[in-house]
Amino acid sequence: MLLPFFEWCETLWLGQAVIGSNWLFPVIESVHLLGLALLGGAILLVDFRLLGLGLKERAVAELAIDARPWMLTGLTILIATGIPLFLSEPIKLYYSGAFWIKITTLPIAIAFALTVRARVTLGDSVRNTARRQQLVGALSIALWITVAAAGRWIGFS
Amino acid sequence: MSLLAFAEWLDSTAGSTALHESMYMYPIVESTHVLALMLFVGFAIVLDLRLLGLTLKNVPVSQVAGRLLPWTIAGFIVMNITGLLLFYAIPVRTYQSIFFRAKVIFLILAGLNVWYFHTGVFKRIAEWDHAVIAPTAARRAGLASLVLWGAIIVAGRMIAYNWFDCDIQPQPAFVNWAAGCVVPPPTP
Repeated sequence: MLLPFFEWCETLWLGQAVIGSNWLFPVIESVHLLGLALLGGAILLVDFRLLGLGLKERAVAELAIDARPWMLTGLTILIATGIPLFLSEPIKLYYSGAFWIKITTLPIAIAFALTVRARVTLGDSVRNTARRQQLVGALSIALWITVAAAGRWIGFS
Repeated sequence: MSLLAFAEWLDSTAGSTALHESMYMYPIVESTHVLALMLFVGFAIVLDLRLLGLTLKNVPVSQVAGRLLPWTIAGFIVMNITGLLLFYAIPVRTYQSIFFRAKVIFLILAGLNVWYFHTGVFKRIAEWDHAVIAPTAARRAGLASLVLWGAIIVAGRMIAYNWFDCDIQPQPAFVNWAAGCVVPPPTP
């Protein structure tokens, strides 16, 4: 059902530009990895704190507020580079199991980061028990590991 | 034994071939390398950005460094183990990759930067621990670290591409020199 959409994606100029160049794909891929490193630092700083690790002297909200612009920067870099990478090989990705794992967990991870996790880290509600914080931190780490590992696995399929 | 001979010997071992050809072990090692990057480079970036006064401005530098360092070291160990395994799986081609060689040089420079920072301005941390803007030497170290780890990631990713491989000839003389290619003289 979605195959026609993926076939249409393949015709777009951006993907064609990437295919037409020897260097573009590797360069975009590298920037994608740089964005991943930045996102990793911004996400794990807060998630570790939620688990009671890392900068445990500081309030969760303080770390979350400081990390937020860098998390959003990392995400923006990843999405901006991910789109041309996708457009350069949509048909291959359509048949890649790893891609489907990534593309379904990614929106969940982003939605989780911007809703549940944001409320728990930025708010100071009494309902934010240590147990709830640990659960949110662990879930966030698990989601992003799945997205990153599935993304890497696309290259092996 | 030359380094090339050592790489060739590694290549001839059964373990190297098994890892290279394994359906799951090689991808698992490679994925672990990338996941550990999120932790290791991620936390290095956090400290660098703190040194540059761009995040965690109200947190003492010694606290950022002290609390994150154990995790950074843990990530570094995982990066090294998986990195060595990746080299072990494809030794000769990697040894003769200009991107791998560039990565090693950047890694040495990054190590020197860490050593310079810790034996220099970080020794006087008590004087600037709470400063939003760290001393010039510390800011330089933070910026150098960001640039070097970025270069290491890019060079590492490029190892996968074979444009400059020794078995693809002719290559510019510089490439053959930098990659240590053993090129037979042209037949007259």
